[in-house]
Amino acid sequence: MANARLSTKGLFKKRFGNDQLAGMLMSLPGALMLVLFVVIPFFTAFVLSFYNIHLSNGHSFFMGFEQYRRILFDPNTSPIFWQSLGNNFVFALMVVPVQTGLAIALALLLNQKRKGIAFFRTFFFMPVVFPMSLVAVIWSLFYSRDLRGMINSLLNGISAGNIGPIDWLGTPGLALVSIAIMSVWAGVGFQMVIVLAGLQEIPLELYEAASIDKASKWQQFRNVTLPGLRNTLVFVVIITSIFSLRLFDQVYILTSGGPLGSTSTVMYQSVTSAWTDDNVGKGSAMTVVFVLIIIVLTLIQRRVLRQEREIK
Amino acid sequence: MSQMTQASLEQAVIARKRRSRKRNRAILSYTFLSVVTLLFFAPIAYLLIGSFKPKNEVLSGLNGFIPQHLTLANYGNVLQAFSSDSTGYFYKFYFNSIVVSAVIVLGGLLVNSMIAYALARLRWAGRNLVLSLVVLLMILPFEAIAVPLFDLLNDYRNTLFVQYIPFIASAFSVFLFYTFFIGLPGEIQEAARIDGAGPWRVYFKIIIPMSRPVFASVTILSFLAAWNSFLFPLMMVDSADVRPLPLAMTVFFQQQQKDWGTIFAFGVLLILPVMVVFLAFQRFFIQSVASSAVKG
Repeated sequence: MANARLSTKGLFKKRFGNDQLAGMLMSLPGALMLVLFVVIPFFTAFVLSFYNIHLSNGHSFFMGFEQYRRILFDPNTSPIFWQSLGNNFVFALMVVPVQTGLAIALALLLNQKRKGIAFFRTFFFMPVVFPMSLVAVIWSLFYSRDLRGMINSLLNGISAGNIGPIDWLGTPGLALVSIAIMSVWAGVGFQMVIVLAGLQEIPLELYEAASIDKASKWQQFRNVTLPGLRNTLVFVVIITSIFSLRLFDQVYILTSGGPLGSTSTVMYQSVTSAWTDDNVGKGSAMTVVFVLIIIVLTLIQRRVLRQEREIK
Repeated sequence: MSQMTQASLEQAVIARKRRSRKRNRAILSYTFLSVVTLLFFAPIAYLLIGSFKPKNEVLSGLNGFIPQHLTLANYGNVLQAFSSDSTGYFYKFYFNSIVVSAVIVLGGLLVNSMIAYALARLRWAGRNLVLSLVVLLMILPFEAIAVPLFDLLNDYRNTLFVQYIPFIASAFSVFLFYTFFIGLPGEIQEAARIDGAGPWRVYFKIIIPMSRPVFASVTILSFLAAWNSFLFPLMMVDSADVRPLPLAMTVFFQQQQKDWGTIFAFGVLLILPVMVVFLAFQRFFIQSVASSAVKG
């Protein structure tokens, strides 16, 4: 036994030198944990989605594609899932353009050579370090439905009492918009910093050449800045879309998916199915759908970036 | 002669115009910057001021921004509100958050940098396999495995262990280390190897000291994620004894909707350590976040 081990070790050493053993040993803890806590759970989601599992009493039985039929096609149980998926997309449609546009505007504002820019940058970025749970707690007072709510009080003051108190989080058409505004405040500093880094990589000579050609500021922005930011913006758009799909904390804390499911999301449904309703199989099936969407988004990103490289 | 003065006069006028246009532009841009700063800072100011106001004066429209009747009572109330086994103890929440974050950050630095070094600098069979695994796993957000992990780790509910163990190894941190190590000049390492230093020696004596920036970046990013973590503790922790700060605050928020002063004081105490580190190293914070995106 000892002999056999020695000889394999000798063989390895011949082929790869000392690095074989060290390489494997150094990778072992990290690779093991990645397999245990990411790879296995990832595949487990697929397996669990074929079962009906109740953790509370230990019952579980195989049910094939039944969970998928229930969340996707069953006329009684599928509407809330489709509504949640739709909410994710509506949220993305609001947040992605606004947050990307705002990130560009803020980054341009910060990309000037002026005194004290770092001071302003600190403030624009500050919300990013706040946990979403705390952001939600603060904003729940901004959105309070009576005149004691900050935003209602502000609108009431500006309009001299003509805009009555609005129930920001309790009105079906408005709740998701309110959550989107709050999320933009909390998150835009992140995109801003990425765009700022992208701006600083655009060679200054391009701007010099443009101003020699008497290009206006707007023309410079259209023809130098935007093309120079292309890859950065593709990245920002994709990552913001993925953030939109992951939406959970704000919704859980502020609205519990309501009113009338208007702020429910895929993750909210997935987590509450598994955790509140003790239905891990259903939650896992939703996780699988979620993962498939993430993979498609990532493939689109790769595709777009590869096209760019081919053009170059 | 008079023509000369005429010309220089005109030049002076043009120069003055240009200067005043420049000044106007500066005023415009500082005004803009200040307005945006106010918008960004308003909710944070509201939190800070509210935490020092009597509890029934926090939720009062725009008056919430006016610092009057300031008191420290809310901070005392935070300690008082959490002083039994059923509510949990405030110092315990802090302790839980610190332990969980510390294990994730320190464990992560060691484990992830080691695997990254093996992938970036050592040649061994299986390297490509592990590398492609890491790259594939990078795109998976935690939400994609939250539910199955909830099922798999069900036996470890209500422990600190369950709160840190899935987060120590991180494909994303490995990738950050990997790209940094790949970019390091190879000569010193090769010279050390020729002098007979093994891979472990090179890693501890050469790589780690040369890589302070990436270690700092990963520390900042993983600390933020760990300290602010919400979803997994929410699913895995019911007992007040092992609750981390954000979860404890949310539970309190949902039970005690009226006591705004105390909730805000809790919020300030929760964000305080992050704020101190952020303000001290803000340049570095921002760079870390930016670099994480550019490389990813």
